[in-house]
Amino acid sequence: MTSGSVIKGKLGQVNAKASALRIVLVQVARLRESRVAMIGAGLVLFWIIVALLAPLIAPFPPNATIQPLAKPGTLASNGHIFWLGTDHLGRDVLSRIIWGARTVLVYAPIATGSAFALGIPMGLFAGYKSGWIDEILSRTSDLVLAFPTLVLYIVLIVKFGASGLNIVLAVTIASSPAIMRITRGLVIDLRTRGYIYAAQLRGESAWYVMLVEILPNARGPLIVDACLRLGYVTMTIGTLGFLGLGLPPPDADWGGMINEARQFAIVFPHIVVFPCLAVSSLVLGFNLLADGVREISLRE
Amino acid sequence: MRFNGHGTQIVFSQCTRASRTDDRNPTATLCWLRRAEVALGAMIRFIGRRVAFMLATMLVASVLLFVLFELSSADVAVSALGPYSTAEQRLLWQTQNGYDLPALARYFEWLARFVTGDWRVSRSFNAPVASVVLSHLVNTGILAFWVFVFLVPLSLLLGVLAGMREGSALDRVISTASILLASVPPFASTVLVSAIFVFGLGWLPGTSSMIDGFSWRELVMPVIVLVAYDLGYVARITRASMAEVMTTPYVRTAILKGLPRSRVIWRHALRNALITPVTVLLLHVNWLITGVIVVEFFFAYKGFGSLILQAAMSQDLFLLEACTIVTVAIAVASQTIADLAYMYLNPKIRFR
Repeated sequence: MTSGSVIKGKLGQVNAKASALRIVLVQVARLRESRVAMIGAGLVLFWIIVALLAPLIAPFPPNATIQPLAKPGTLASNGHIFWLGTDHLGRDVLSRIIWGARTVLVYAPIATGSAFALGIPMGLFAGYKSGWIDEILSRTSDLVLAFPTLVLYIVLIVKFGASGLNIVLAVTIASSPAIMRITRGLVIDLRTRGYIYAAQLRGESAWYVMLVEILPNARGPLIVDACLRLGYVTMTIGTLGFLGLGLPPPDADWGGMINEARQFAIVFPHIVVFPCLAVSSLVLGFNLLADGVREISLRE
Repeated sequence: MRFNGHGTQIVFSQCTRASRTDDRNPTATLCWLRRAEVALGAMIRFIGRRVAFMLATMLVASVLLFVLFELSSADVAVSALGPYSTAEQRLLWQTQNGYDLPALARYFEWLARFVTGDWRVSRSFNAPVASVVLSHLVNTGILAFWVFVFLVPLSLLLGVLAGMREGSALDRVISTASILLASVPPFASTVLVSAIFVFGLGWLPGTSSMIDGFSWRELVMPVIVLVAYDLGYVARITRASMAEVMTTPYVRTAILKGLPRSRVIWRHALRNALITPVTVLLLHVNWLITGVIVVEFFFAYKGFGSLILQAAMSQDLFLLEACTIVTVAIAVASQTIADLAYMYLNPKIRFR
């Protein structure tokens, strides 16, 4: 059973009348069916709120150098407490983690979104048109997927430089072939359905059939993949920052925080441990969300 | 013999009825041999196709690398001579090394050099690229060997234990632990494991540069981190595969027949449940490379992963090109082996 029918089945009549917003709300409300999904959504939501409220809740400015290498819980001169200590340059670790949530929650969705924006049309084309278009797109994606991902990122970033835009581009190049493959598989499955033939006989254009008839019915697995991929891109952005290939300093970035303070880790582990916990919890949130959504769609 | 190609049944229709154990029927034996021969041919064709794909991938990778790094001959001169060379030195180097030729001619010359194993000299090591790559590959090989020695039994055992009884307490504990492990990025597990054993308890050294020769103590941390990095994922795959096999009719039949549970698991379930995880383990070489780069970087282990990073950081183009081609070769070769292993292990899939 495809999870496209999840949406078609029970909610079919509701969907026909309800507005687009209503559909989204109904879908989101269904997350309550899975505890795993709720925990995942909670973790992700927590970080989204932290990122949105960063200027209000961060006790210190993220790049202000105040008091170097303070242990967690040290009292600052202005009466605030360095809850998670400060780094080697005297910047408050907690504030940098809070602001770092902004960085990752801006770049991860943008990078994932652009990978999907490229991968989905390619997959639709390859699956729907088949023939030589499919052959070319599939072979190209095989080639890109044969590259070890991090090596591909390193090569691209060495050539084009480390910047937010280049990270987005590198993630798009490396992940869109995988998204294309998933979409293509779904399209090939859906292509032979009755309602597709009906649309073709009505004389609808190929674009209409792909975007209006096929894509909405393929969204289940794509949403699951998007959640997983968001987690994976979060990991990637962190890894690049950790290797010193990420966003240029001084802006707070979880991976970069670890890279900068590596030499101090043995004596002052708090500088590196907390950013690690932050990134792991966000990735865990995305992974649990993906697991939960998959569970819900399989239950139908 | 597993490769008894199904497609041949139509061609040798008279063969299908004769059992291969039927010794009295010489036609049957002959037919069976013929079928084996056809299957072997199919296998060779399959391997040939995979090798062709591997070569094509590497060729495309070479074009990509050339376009990225070698198209501008001025950049190459800077990379070969270092950023402090003068303009005259660079021009001289370009003419001496054939970098004044048109790009297409240079590409074929570059490719020919690569194929013949002349990988030129690394600027940062001041040594032939080939020997640098080889010595670092050996170090990573040692690391990868010990990772697999621990990873394979541990992940398969945990996955099978969890998948044996879906929904049991043991399953829930192992499943939760493995999704937690799978969610920790490699750099975070490096730091967190170090925080316990190096910063906290002080049991193990925080660097594995092995300056004073090979040291077992320095190998422990990289191995722990890489095993932790991959354990969650492989255990999850194994669990899913085992849980699926446990619901199949033939396992249910075996249980209902009254066989002891251990026998059902050992004799019936395991063989099919382990097909996917074994393949995934091989496919995972690609995934493991990320972990290897991160771990070797953090522990300053002189392996292939840290070599790629060093080449990238110091803009040592010849070294970076060689490393990239070698990684792609490793990745594609492991994918090919995984495909072959899958087909060998799974008699349902035959060579076409």
